[in-house]
Amino acid sequence: MWPFECGEIVENQEPEKILAKGNEAIAMAAMDSRCLLYFGYPITPQNDIPEYLSKHLPALGGEFIQAESEIASINLLLGASATGARAMTSSSSPGISLMQEGISYMAGSELPALIVNISRSGPGLGGISPSQGDYFQATRGGGHGDYRMIVLAPSSVQEMYDLTCLAFNLADKYRNPAMILGDALIGQMKEPLIRRKCAKMDLPVKDWALTGAQGRKPNRLKSLYLQDGELSEHNWKLHQKYEQMKKEEVRFESFFTEDAKLMVAAFGSMARVSKTSVELAREEGMKVGLLRPITLFPYPEKALYDLSQRVKLFLTVELNTGQMVEDVKLSVERDVQVYFYGRPPGSLPSPEEVLEEIRKYYG
Amino acid sequence: MELVFKRPECLIDIPFHFCPGCHHGIAHRLVAEAIDYFKIREKTIGVASVGCSVFMYDYFNVDVLEAPHGRASAVASGVKRARKDRIVFTYQGDGDLAAIGIAEGIHTANRGENITIIFANNGIYGMTGGQMAPTTLLGQKTSTSPYGRDFTSDGYPIRMAEMLATLEGSAFVARVAVNNPANLMKAKRAVRKAFQMQIEEMGFSFVEILLACPTNWGMTALEANRRVEEEMIPYFPLGILKERKMADYL
Repeated sequence: MWPFECGEIVENQEPEKILAKGNEAIAMAAMDSRCLLYFGYPITPQNDIPEYLSKHLPALGGEFIQAESEIASINLLLGASATGARAMTSSSSPGISLMQEGISYMAGSELPALIVNISRSGPGLGGISPSQGDYFQATRGGGHGDYRMIVLAPSSVQEMYDLTCLAFNLADKYRNPAMILGDALIGQMKEPLIRRKCAKMDLPVKDWALTGAQGRKPNRLKSLYLQDGELSEHNWKLHQKYEQMKKEEVRFESFFTEDAKLMVAAFGSMARVSKTSVELAREEGMKVGLLRPITLFPYPEKALYDLSQRVKLFLTVELNTGQMVEDVKLSVERDVQVYFYGRPPGSLPSPEEVLEEIRKYYG
Repeated sequence: MELVFKRPECLIDIPFHFCPGCHHGIAHRLVAEAIDYFKIREKTIGVASVGCSVFMYDYFNVDVLEAPHGRASAVASGVKRARKDRIVFTYQGDGDLAAIGIAEGIHTANRGENITIIFANNGIYGMTGGQMAPTTLLGQKTSTSPYGRDFTSDGYPIRMAEMLATLEGSAFVARVAVNNPANLMKAKRAVRKAFQMQIEEMGFSFVEILLACPTNWGMTALEANRRVEEEMIPYFPLGILKERKMADYL
């Protein structure tokens, strides 16, 4: 078996507790998931990932290319993925914008790979402070055509590691690109990390991979369908895949939801802040809970809907001027009040500031 | 009776969709013959580009991947880095390689990626209906240069082979034509040499093939064939521009 062929995940060492940066946790998880191919272009605030991998991949027999652009990076990734190997790229918002064409092609050609977005603020060159302004880009396609991407939103360094492992598995399971959507806060902070063997998943054999047509008919990987009806059939097939993801892959965290009268909805770094605010609200006797989507696609629509049968106040907290709040509104019952608290990038709200909002709407 | 000429094993037995008099079919055949010659059909991976050549996967009896417009050389580099034991080639037109994908082409060559690029240069956008290409000659009329290509506004035709030959990463760079038997034989040798360079891990190999496009040049097949000789070759001279004798790491 060719060294990069996926399937055999290297037995990781005994779980090891270390202190690690969020970005480094992603790089470690990639290596522990037997992803030995990395292609990327430098951009703040995710440079720890290519730096770490450029140092460690050669010793493992891997390949590291610092490409001339994010456009080249995503297409190097497309090529590597087509051979059935696990491969990844990482970037930040403007670079991810440049990759959208390639992501669309990968979704169309059904190629699995990991794309990491340690997002910064925009629009345009924006700034390097934490932001959740890429929520729409990540969950609404970004590129052209009717496709979806698996999007996972870590909220801690441990999750940067765990969700990276999961992202590789889900990508392979569904033959679809998967994204880790983080930001500078989660990427740059250091926390204790338990580096452990990635959970094993039963994954389909990659019989579609391009490995040379030896003893079989040639394989083709493409997204061009010109024959009558061919493309609509292909789109329906993709649609069914996305529906299956919605049924089987939704992940979220519930925190103090049982008796909640007001639910906070937040993901990633803002969920970290909001969790403290919920604890502070509880100390004041307010029955407040938190629902934290871990998968942004597929989105925990049903969990929100079920909650909205008895909770009639929702507060969505985001580090932008209102994006995920639309999904919360789409998910809940019509008689529910959905409030929004967010701010453009620049500074992070403190738990007390979010608490103040909770007080305002709790009544 | 001895069989002296047959369809290469590497080409699927279906008619090409190319227009009458188009040279793409000849160029395809040269690539297929080289793959057959080295008996590498079962370990070759082709990367199709966007343009008339996109249907490569219908014709070549090898694994084929379709790249986004202009990105074929980056895609091929990704394939090769993941499978260094495989032979990887792209087949790209002038719009794909010399316009939208010129950055990828240059950096692929500069990294010395051990792949082969077959560059089909007919000086026009074929599939989209005859628009100006980066290699359209000065004064040449196309659907987007209706008064003829004018350097004051459109710049000059790009000589890709010369440009790539300047890069240290390039191991083999040649320009050939297929407009007459003598040129065809040289083209055949150049394509074969390019694959040989890859097999011997010498680094990046590149063959530019001048092709006629009668439909979009508004000519008969014979006129178009003549135009290759009379107008294209004087601006795009044929020959081997670079040939590395020893791999970098030796």
